[in-house]
Amino acid sequence: MIIVIFLISALVLVIRLFQIQVLDDSYKVTALNNAFRYEVQYPARGLIYDRNKDLLVENKTTYDIMIIPRELKAFDTTELCSIFQIGREQADAEFKKLTNRRAFQAVPFLKQVSAELCAGFLEKEYKFPGFYAQARTLRVYPHKVTGNLLGYIQEADSSAMKKDSYYKSGDYIGKSGIEESYEQVLRGQKGESIYLRDIHNQIKGSYAEGEYDKQAVAGYNLITTIDVDLQEYGQLLMQNKLGSVVAIEPATGEVLAMISSPGFDPATMSGLNRRSNYIALRNDPTRPLFDRTIMSSTNPPGSVFKIVNGMVGLQEGVLRSDMRYPCAGGYPYGRGVKCHAHFSPINMIQSIQVSCNAYYCYVFRNIIENPKYPSLDSALNSWRAKVQQLGFGRQLGIDLPNEKGGILPTTTLYDKIHGKGRWKALSIISLSIGQGEIGATTLQLANLCAIIANRGFYYIPHIVKEIESDSIAIDIDPKYKQLQKSGINHEYFDDIVQGMYLAVNGGAGSTARRVRLPDIEVCGKTGTAQNPHGKDNAVFICFAPRENPKIAIAVYVENAGFGGTHAAPIAALMVEKYLKGKITRTDLEIQVLSSNFIQHLVQK
Amino acid sequence: MPTRRQDIWVSKIDWSIVFIYLVLVVFGWMSIYSTTSDSNVIENIFDFSKVHSMQLIWIATAFALAFCVLLINSRFYSVFSYFIYFAIILLLILVLFLGKEVNGSRSWFVIGSMRLQPAELAKLATSLALAKAMSSYGFRLKTLEGWTMTLGLIMLPVTLILLQKDWGSAVVFFIFILMFYREGLTGWALVAAFFTIALFIISLLLEPVVVFLILFTLSLLLFAFINRCFLHAFIAAVIFTILFLAYSYLSVLLTLSHSQEFIVSVSILGVLIILVLLYAARTKIRNIYFILLFFISSLMISYSVDYIYDNLLKPHHRNRIEDMLGIKVDIKGAGYNVHQAKVAIGSGGFTGKGYLQGTQTKFNFVPEQSTDFIFCTVGEERGFVGSFFLIALYVILLIRIIMIAERQKHSFARIYGYCVASIFFFHFFINIAMTIGLAPVIGIPLPFISYGGSSLWSFTMLLFILVKLDAVRLGER
Repeated sequence: MIIVIFLISALVLVIRLFQIQVLDDSYKVTALNNAFRYEVQYPARGLIYDRNKDLLVENKTTYDIMIIPRELKAFDTTELCSIFQIGREQADAEFKKLTNRRAFQAVPFLKQVSAELCAGFLEKEYKFPGFYAQARTLRVYPHKVTGNLLGYIQEADSSAMKKDSYYKSGDYIGKSGIEESYEQVLRGQKGESIYLRDIHNQIKGSYAEGEYDKQAVAGYNLITTIDVDLQEYGQLLMQNKLGSVVAIEPATGEVLAMISSPGFDPATMSGLNRRSNYIALRNDPTRPLFDRTIMSSTNPPGSVFKIVNGMVGLQEGVLRSDMRYPCAGGYPYGRGVKCHAHFSPINMIQSIQVSCNAYYCYVFRNIIENPKYPSLDSALNSWRAKVQQLGFGRQLGIDLPNEKGGILPTTTLYDKIHGKGRWKALSIISLSIGQGEIGATTLQLANLCAIIANRGFYYIPHIVKEIESDSIAIDIDPKYKQLQKSGINHEYFDDIVQGMYLAVNGGAGSTARRVRLPDIEVCGKTGTAQNPHGKDNAVFICFAPRENPKIAIAVYVENAGFGGTHAAPIAALMVEKYLKGKITRTDLEIQVLSSNFIQHLVQK
Repeated sequence: MPTRRQDIWVSKIDWSIVFIYLVLVVFGWMSIYSTTSDSNVIENIFDFSKVHSMQLIWIATAFALAFCVLLINSRFYSVFSYFIYFAIILLLILVLFLGKEVNGSRSWFVIGSMRLQPAELAKLATSLALAKAMSSYGFRLKTLEGWTMTLGLIMLPVTLILLQKDWGSAVVFFIFILMFYREGLTGWALVAAFFTIALFIISLLLEPVVVFLILFTLSLLLFAFINRCFLHAFIAAVIFTILFLAYSYLSVLLTLSHSQEFIVSVSILGVLIILVLLYAARTKIRNIYFILLFFISSLMISYSVDYIYDNLLKPHHRNRIEDMLGIKVDIKGAGYNVHQAKVAIGSGGFTGKGYLQGTQTKFNFVPEQSTDFIFCTVGEERGFVGSFFLIALYVILLIRIIMIAERQKHSFARIYGYCVASIFFFHFFINIAMTIGLAPVIGIPLPFISYGGSSLWSFTMLLFILVKLDAVRLGER
């Protein structure tokens, strides 16, 4: 019986062996595969253009010199060093890193060697068995566009490789900005060349004359919505300032310029000194890596926000533009809100023109104490919903990574601060003028401006206009083509626009009359946001021309002072630059270029 | 008297066994040489940084050991069997504290460049101790004492080896069931063991409800064929089918929660069991109780498999089992070894690529290629013909061992012989089966072929103690 068990078991093994050794051919094919050597072909990464097809990012070929430790034989180190123009110590240090001398996996020896040096190596490659050159592409930036917007590429780290098995050690991956958000489109598809090797692991040539090689597919090019002239001019104007500028084409939601200042040169993030450059940027007190256009979620919008309360008030029916409120130096109720000197009483149009604090305290209190709502909570919730529909307190959904939603208070927050049932309209009255528990990104302010310019709708702001591919059509996310409603009726906008028009083009009391431009009807609203950490932040939003606006822009300059003095000129200059192509208000340009609001940080 | 008889033991040696042993050892060394060298370079076979040269030392010492084993008085093995057993147990305990961890198992003593695995020797010691215990006067296997004694002797080393986390070596001890079968264990135990393994596999592969249906059908068929009650069985099948369909239809319709479904199905099952019991009482067919017992215990085993599987097994064990069953195919991860092994063996074809001409078993495509996966080299370079030859050689060896065991007059030698056959069989079968994807990968060597001193020594001693016992069997009379 036991012998029978032995025989049956042996028979099972023999049958199985017969099956895989004689009957099944698939293992023979796979075994052949093992004798192949696969070499990765890296695709060219997609290029990035501006809206006029001006190149923003292109590629340059460099070479990584790789070592296959197992194939190393004795070689002349001195000659190798002279080919690559490196010191003996550097070479020795690199060799020290080779821990496993029997490994097949190629490891980098030198990175980003220029084509000239590499040509010298290729001539003498036969003297250095185990070494080979691997072509890689490096990003080059013809214009000085900030790295916050474009992003940069770096070697994929272990977390990226874990998330997506496409990435192997040594592959590049887009980080921050467009490079990150359009990584899938830009990267292309790696290819593979197959070489035969014999049992001594020597390459015997291309397999089947390359019939089974997989061609690398180049990444797609991106045509962005950026106007590179405007972008560069904005970056110039924002020099020596902390803050950000976002310019949008209102009719399409296309972002024309997006400046976070100070920015950084993306080239420094992919060169050989990448690591030290990155650390320097990270430790910089002006925080260049922090994209202030979409991440500055705690910045209070200041008086610019009065327009939002005005629009909500109109929509709720608690405000008519002919309603007049008195202002004698401020709002006298509760703890009071101070205001600057201007004529009184005023209607809504004038309140925008002179940026009256008291007027919006009345408006906001009427919104919150609207008898239509059974409770304070529900009134605030309704206000919150309307403000949210205008793009605040949530991510707008721009095609850039790390967008923040800003701050929009909830009833729970006030319950926490004041205690449940222990707060009323007057406790939260600072919301009326865009202060207090509220924060908005510059992108949200620009989007608000676009809503007003469009008189009631917007398109989600976006950076990429077109994905250029020669074979298949790839569309950008359809949400960017979809009209978004603001929830504010069209008819309420005329008076708001009139107020904004007067703020720039009105007479005495107009907050932004300094930046009035000849021939261009600019409609704007200033803001001076109190900043608990220092000098006030200067804010300005404007669009132009008044009819069929071509540009809506928001400027936020931290620790600068009055919005009309320090933010408005930047916006006005950019509007002029964009619409006319030349600058007439050179006085403003001189003022802006010479002002410096980061001295206190840099000196530290 | 015995001494004079023992002088002539050379003529009594079973030379056929020794011959097969030598062929296997030489075959093994050539395979190991092939994994570490290629055809163009004539390797210095005394370069002791190479595995094949080290194996030469192991082979030489193994021969010396075999010679010693033959020289020692045969009674030494039975007289000192407990002493040897407890000495090895002591080593197994010591290795827990002094051993070095290799591949996750703390089962090796490392002395300089030498490594010793006491678990290998434990098989030998346990075989001797079992043979001693079961051949002692008045021993009865089918008593409580008998079972306590024998199972205790087995479980003590198994527990210690499990504490070393050396799963593979521990599982080997299970194969003593073959020896027990020869010594009087009912054949049903073998069937039950086989059935349990099969149940384990189908429980992992199939949905619980399918397993249930299979078990039900099996029980019904058992009932029908044993009692020739085909009509009743058919009626039961029809009733059950109607109930089952109605129940599955209703449970879909009512969308019961998991706990509700459990309660409902258990109560239906309870009612059915009561009906079956009533039927059994009425018809007075006693085997129905046993079939019912079989059905319920199988069902419980099947449903506890998931628990055992998820809670008691380590992830890498699960991966290996899932890989073998094809549940999870991951040829880069857990399945890498087996996939590469199958590729190597499969690529050998009918006649193989020729000695030293293999490509898969060089350059580290196959991991552990000179130890646990040595069969890959055979399969690749010698093809189906060579593999068949090797398997045939093992079968002849096993049959020869059984024949030798059966011709012993003394039960000590017979029991020991069966232990040896069982151990060789398990190693040979599981090792080859795991390289071709028929068994999960448990790291156990192929006797006499795999590289490694501990295993070669212990297999050599196992075999030659039997040869010695056989050679002097006349003197023992």
